[in-house]
Amino acid sequence: MIRRSLQLLAATAAVVALAAPASAQTIAITGGTVALGDGSAPIQSGTVVIRDGRVVAAGQGVAVPAGAQVVNAAGKWVTPGIIAGFSRLGLADVDAVAGANDQSSDGPFSAALDIAPAINPNAAPVAINRAEGVTRAIVAPSTGKSIFAGQGALIDTGADGQPVTRGRLFQYVELGEQGAETSGGSRASAHALLRNALREARQVAGGTAGGRSESGRSSEDPREDPVVANPNENRTYEARRNQDVLLTRFDAVALVPVVQGRQLLLVHAERASDLRQVIALKREFPRMRLAIVGADEGWTVASELAASGIPVIASALTSLPNSFESLGSTHSNIGRMRAAGVKVSIGTINDDEQRMAFRARWYAGNLVGLSRLPGASGLSWGEALAAITSAPAEAMGLGGDVGSLRPGRRGDLVIWSGDPLDHLSAAEAVYIDGVQQPLETRQTKLRDRYRTLDRGVLPEAYRR
Amino acid sequence: MTRGLIGASLAALALAGCATTGAADKDDGERIRIASDPFPSTYQPYPGAPIVITGVTILDGEGGRINNGQVFLADGKIQAVGQTVAAPAGAQVIDGAGKYVTPGIIDVHSHLGDYPSPSVEAHEDGNEATGPSRPEVWAEHSVWPNDPGFSRALANGGVTALQILPGSANLFGGRSVTLKNVPARTMQGMKFPGAPYGLKMACGENPKRVYGEKGGPATRMGNIAVTRQTWINAKAYKRKWDKYEAEGGDVPEQDLAMDTLKGVLEGKILVHNHCYRADEMANMIDLSKEAGYRIGTFHHAVESYKIADILAREGICSAMWADWYGFKMEAYDAIRENIAFVDRAGACAIVHSDDANGIQRLNQEAAKAMAAGRRAGLPITEEYAWKWLSMNPAKAMGIFDQTGSLKPGKNADVVLWNGNPFSTYTRPERVWIDGALMYDANNPRIRPVSDFELGQPGEGDVK
Repeated sequence: MIRRSLQLLAATAAVVALAAPASAQTIAITGGTVALGDGSAPIQSGTVVIRDGRVVAAGQGVAVPAGAQVVNAAGKWVTPGIIAGFSRLGLADVDAVAGANDQSSDGPFSAALDIAPAINPNAAPVAINRAEGVTRAIVAPSTGKSIFAGQGALIDTGADGQPVTRGRLFQYVELGEQGAETSGGSRASAHALLRNALREARQVAGGTAGGRSESGRSSEDPREDPVVANPNENRTYEARRNQDVLLTRFDAVALVPVVQGRQLLLVHAERASDLRQVIALKREFPRMRLAIVGADEGWTVASELAASGIPVIASALTSLPNSFESLGSTHSNIGRMRAAGVKVSIGTINDDEQRMAFRARWYAGNLVGLSRLPGASGLSWGEALAAITSAPAEAMGLGGDVGSLRPGRRGDLVIWSGDPLDHLSAAEAVYIDGVQQPLETRQTKLRDRYRTLDRGVLPEAYRR
Repeated sequence: MTRGLIGASLAALALAGCATTGAADKDDGERIRIASDPFPSTYQPYPGAPIVITGVTILDGEGGRINNGQVFLADGKIQAVGQTVAAPAGAQVIDGAGKYVTPGIIDVHSHLGDYPSPSVEAHEDGNEATGPSRPEVWAEHSVWPNDPGFSRALANGGVTALQILPGSANLFGGRSVTLKNVPARTMQGMKFPGAPYGLKMACGENPKRVYGEKGGPATRMGNIAVTRQTWINAKAYKRKWDKYEAEGGDVPEQDLAMDTLKGVLEGKILVHNHCYRADEMANMIDLSKEAGYRIGTFHHAVESYKIADILAREGICSAMWADWYGFKMEAYDAIRENIAFVDRAGACAIVHSDDANGIQRLNQEAAKAMAAGRRAGLPITEEYAWKWLSMNPAKAMGIFDQTGSLKPGKNADVVLWNGNPFSTYTRPERVWIDGALMYDANNPRIRPVSDFELGQPGEGDVK
């Protein structure tokens, strides 16, 4: 019985792989337990309708449009696709193989780096995460020689070879221990470098960005007062700059959208004091849009984080004083921040972020379990699902586009065999932009090849 | 002055690495014998009270299950397990309705204490990466009992015993030590009484990566050559001592490295072989037969599913992760069904962590493996899957006569879970080691706080 359903799934997957993208189709998924991903509790016997690759409606009593392809999900669960809240998915096929690993660079550039062209949708971890219901991922580069790692992206895990949903979505900067290490050994140095870089960017932009003019005048010369629509363009080539700069011109230009508040600055910091410094940045550069990743000690400054409005993407299950910036680690971190009003979501920072985004749903489940433990703080089921769907999307400013089954969002959804936050459940069908995806991976093919060890007429290599 | 002294002792250490007369005892005033236990366990069970848990789902660790059953613990031992048990009137009664009781989880592969938290360079004590063959080092001498990781494994993971292995930089990494997961001032205070030593061996990428630029071996063939030559030397050493013990005469020079290998050849020390790939495991099996020792367990074993029949035939355990894959070439062919497929072939399957975080959720790792196996059509029950977490690792570590299942007379190493332990929603509620309550989720006083954590943010907090 189980084997038969596996074969059916495999057959479906093969058909999908051959078919042209069916995004114009109207699909109605009926009868399942539907969780919207917006923090609300699951809805029994709900219906989700997708048309032209977007969610039209989801909930109870939703009518099935005439002519829709109906998928019966009775006995199943239906959720938005999981969003990897922080990952390096698609940047490494095998971490230990340099040629198959594009996470960081020791080259001359930092902030100017755009991770999008490095993303490989055919890397094995992309298919493996897709098969686990991860449909989108926030992908960040790792730092090389600078505190700035470059610009990250939102990708989808679809099988169409077009992974980038939003390139240059954010600029990534290290401001904790790692930032101190890359900038000469102290946090003071990291902060000086940060400010120097932002000042550079402001000057490149002509002194009008970032809230305050450095020169006190605005030039009519477009080379000195450029409007930088695309940080990769070179129209600012001749802009004046100081002699003691530490940033290449390309990097400085890339930071212009950050000081102008048009591109998010994603800051990695863990220690309470580092988090306070990030909050202070927002006062110093009021136009800057900030988000924090990490925040192991976030619970100790939760009210300040909440007041700042800065969203936080945290690891769900850090419990060890793994470093001196994480002495206060506790599984209750996210629950306590959530209770204090912090906009918090789950990511896999320093946690096999190249490959293991699929673990997020179990991490979320653990936070539900934590709410039953005396003295601990966890999340409700709805909040836990939101922490791996809509909340990371909202942290990136993309909650209107992805992360929930609210009308208008992209048609990313998963049909699960049961409760998606528990181990016994598996993704049985995955849709991205309304297109059903293949769930076959290297792993499932290896499984099928070695399902039997009986010696055949030909060697194992002929079993496919 | 101080610097000079340190230099001198380093030089002495370097010499000692080759040959030394170390700890040796006089025996009967005649033969010199090599001390087999120079760092003996000082572990003493903590006091416990008679306890009966009623109305609980019992997974006995050997594949048995009792719904709505009872467990009776007293005098540090499991006294009775059944639908109902006879217990004295004074026993404390715990209502286990809706909860599960299992044997404590045993992790066959941990580096807690040797790579403790905080993981700073000053704490990196798990790899004696100064030569590819270092069987003379003992992991116990690196164990820092204050590692906060021990308490997390206890409170979040229900881990009651664990084997600390040296790392995999070396072909011969040194001796392992088995610990009771109790807070103690010294390593000896945690040492599991009567547990045999293990020898950590490694094949594959790690030794060749570490030594490729340090004089070798730099290849897999180099790994095998150095390993074989080392066993040849060990057999010669053993012959010398065997002759001396039988006939007397000149006392052979003692060599700590060779002592460990001699112990393996005598079957007193169990081999734990870090090895990922199926073809490499087959090489190591042939090598072990040539050298005359038995491989107890392949660790990491991500390709065991490809040779599960061979492993079953050879009686070798595989210690595996549920879902780790792809971090290096030799982990590229990992599959979710590995544990289930190895088990199905009749080979010994173990869920291991090798990780200070993973050790806190080995029950959930087993759940993933069980779920993958079920989806592949194997009808694996919860009570059966628990064998991967207690019975099989206890056997691999040579302590199954004392712990690893809920049988009367065994040590009362027991976890009461606040729900189904295969669920993400479940945590340990209480953990007993030798019948002593070492963790209680409802009582903040029964929550270990290591010396390192005193005065730090979150001291004594739930973790």
